[in-house]
Amino acid sequence: MLGYIVGRLAQALAVMLAVALVAFMLFNYVGDPINNMVGQDATTTDRAELREQLGLNDPAPLQFARFLGNAAQGNFGLSYRLKRPVSVLIQERVPATLELVFLSALVALVVGMPLGVYTALRRDSWLSRVILTSSLVGVSLPTFVIGIGLIYLFSVQFDWLPSFGRGQVTHLGWWSTGFLTKSGWAAIIMPAITLSLYQLTLVLRLVRTEMMEVLRTDYVKFARARGLSNRIVHFHHALKNTMMPVITIIGLQVGGLIAFSIVTETVFQWPGMGLLFIQAVGFADIPVMAAYLVLVGAMFVVLNLMVDLAYFVIDPRLRMDRGKAAGKAT
Amino acid sequence: MAKFRIKAALLAGALTLALPLIAAPALAQGKVLRWASQGDYLTMDPHSQNEGLTRTGSFQTYEGLVGYSADLKFVPALATSWKAVNDTTWEFKLRQGVKFHDGSDFTADDVVFSVKRAQHPNSDFKTYIASVKDVKKIDAQTVHVETNGANPILPNQIANIFMMSKAWAEKNNVVNPQSYKDKEETFAVRNTNGTGPFVLKTREQDVRTVVAKNPTWWGLKDNPHNIDEIVYTPVTTPATRVAALLSGQLDFVLDVPVQDVERVKRSAGLQVKKTNEIRTIFLGLDVGSPELKYGDVKGKNPFADKRVRQAMYHAIDMNAIAQKVMRGDAVVAGMITSPGVHGYEKALDKRLPYDLNKAKALMKDAGYANGFGIKLDCSNDRYVNDEGICQAVVGMLAQIGIKVDLAAQSKTLHFPKLQKKDTSFYLVGWGVPTFDSHYVFSYMAQTPDGKNGSWNFTNYSNPKLDGMINGMLSELDPAKRDKLIHDAWTILNDEIIYLPLHHQVLNWAMSEKLDMPIIADNVPRFHFAKMK
Repeated sequence: MLGYIVGRLAQALAVMLAVALVAFMLFNYVGDPINNMVGQDATTTDRAELREQLGLNDPAPLQFARFLGNAAQGNFGLSYRLKRPVSVLIQERVPATLELVFLSALVALVVGMPLGVYTALRRDSWLSRVILTSSLVGVSLPTFVIGIGLIYLFSVQFDWLPSFGRGQVTHLGWWSTGFLTKSGWAAIIMPAITLSLYQLTLVLRLVRTEMMEVLRTDYVKFARARGLSNRIVHFHHALKNTMMPVITIIGLQVGGLIAFSIVTETVFQWPGMGLLFIQAVGFADIPVMAAYLVLVGAMFVVLNLMVDLAYFVIDPRLRMDRGKAAGKAT
Repeated sequence: MAKFRIKAALLAGALTLALPLIAAPALAQGKVLRWASQGDYLTMDPHSQNEGLTRTGSFQTYEGLVGYSADLKFVPALATSWKAVNDTTWEFKLRQGVKFHDGSDFTADDVVFSVKRAQHPNSDFKTYIASVKDVKKIDAQTVHVETNGANPILPNQIANIFMMSKAWAEKNNVVNPQSYKDKEETFAVRNTNGTGPFVLKTREQDVRTVVAKNPTWWGLKDNPHNIDEIVYTPVTTPATRVAALLSGQLDFVLDVPVQDVERVKRSAGLQVKKTNEIRTIFLGLDVGSPELKYGDVKGKNPFADKRVRQAMYHAIDMNAIAQKVMRGDAVVAGMITSPGVHGYEKALDKRLPYDLNKAKALMKDAGYANGFGIKLDCSNDRYVNDEGICQAVVGMLAQIGIKVDLAAQSKTLHFPKLQKKDTSFYLVGWGVPTFDSHYVFSYMAQTPDGKNGSWNFTNYSNPKLDGMINGMLSELDPAKRDKLIHDAWTILNDEIIYLPLHHQVLNWAMSEKLDMPIIADNVPRFHFAKMK
């Protein structure tokens, strides 16, 4: 058992190293940060001097080692563009992204699950067909178009919701929240809907498929045979068993939400990590880009690791097989 | 589960019901001007970064000795007058009774401090005052600026140097401009203490910057603006920026996309102001290399032959580009600087006519009847429709047999490539903050020597012209100096090392409630604004 965990951890570490290497290598060849840092009037000597100061002239392995060492301490250096520590920048931007992701996930679950259950139970009703078709349309439109469409409708035409920004925020320690003000709520609605649409469709379809699957199983048939009401069969027996895989997938999708938020944040000028990343890309702001990539990579790795370990704990068969395999090997 | 569903339904319902309620716009107190453009100020340190939008930020809270009027004339600001007391000394008489935002007095010591601060190696403004040898306080209201040799354009240059409080800088440990070397954030990056018309209230990088009216500003009686607060928000996505303007969440958009200009104009309650920017877009040619790095002619450089350059000039139909690519928003150019810059002359701003037959004949004369291949380096996110301009040029040059391979890329890749001189043929645009031709010549035409000619990637070197450029910096007789500038432009136009394209046109989109002059250097100055 210990071997399995250690193995998993080692794999996770290897993945992180690879991510860090890719981050480091890619970004060392994207644009020239020096040019963005100085004005058009800087002389060649200024440029060379700055290059030396930033360590851009050192051999690549040395630069990578320095990058790793600093990253391990949460130190990604100073943003080339903002001239402030990257760790501080990210800490400032995390609340905005997490609040957006949290609300999006909530919308996806709260809307997606009931719709999934409904379309599974009333497979042939016209409403189910409408829901399924429109969910397909929703998911095949690019996020960008959905966002701009919402802005056009609710900001320009109806003048109900703000087209950009986060509204008034309240500071609770280092966490800034928009959930305590009217304008904060108004500002988050459209980005949250935009970001949640894809996940919503995913939840809807997953719940529907799983539910239909479960409804065909023997224990549901037996439950019906015992004369239990539809409600109890559907919600106690079927839905509960539907939830396991759905929750697993949702857990993994949270990483996806954070990654997808780049487009949504750009469209709505939402001051989160995604926007920070996009602004960094336009500027070849290597420290910020590297930090973001490593962070998102770490998030995926941790989520996967947790799922793996959870399976190991939950599923006794996995432990058995491993034990046997180990036994045979010795 | 049923309970969960009910709760969920309730929550969803509550959200929907709450929509119109929470959407009611908050009522603003006083006159608040909300505006946006694509990016944010890089820093609030007034001597750190010489970049257009960053200067816009600084101009709200800081001021120079010399200021700008709405039509970009140099006018008294923190200095009430200036004159040359001898060939190498400029005397500035300071305005009395001016206070910094923290309430302290503005003094001659602050001037000496600020100019020296801007000369620090960390400063991006040091080039403007490269000729300054020393700054001296003579008395409480007099400062002498000594230059290495005579410098008639010092007031133009010093207008770009913002004045800071010495005591404040010392107290907050920001005596030097913000540096990359120390890798630390300084106090001046997020706080300001100038004498300007507005006081910094909140600074959230990339999110929001708010400044409030400075009720004790000395210039208030001449510029009785009624703006109580200015909220600046960078909005990256052009569509969102325009939508925010259309829906009334913004009063002013600095960089409205060309394709949306008509739409904004047609919208009720909005207006678009237009002017010619002090910026010219042109193509540069490597005329000096023995062989073109990105050309297919071996052993010689076709651009070294003036007939080829002339043929290319004749082959570019700039009127067509101005109409089709720029949608009319371009002024066809015949010299590489624009109206508003000292030394600009209408007579010199004449293009060689578009004439394909003549161009073909010239190519044949030069021995390139079948043309040749060349690569054109172009940015795609720096100037208005830059990539579209290059595409048009590619098509036009094909008609005289020049096969152009277009390499259009982001400014973060384009400009470094140019600065490494890794180009044979390129697009660039040039603005002139000093409004004097010397600025153009010293960067674009002077032989590169580590200090001058740092944007001359043409490998062009002309000692006679170099002498004239140095003359422009030190000639004190205005008539002689103007003659020098005129002659230099004549030489540059005649040599055709650059193919002029057009002077860029600015569009500022704003609410009809806002009355604010558009300014040709693309730096809005809000103390000229009035709001209904």
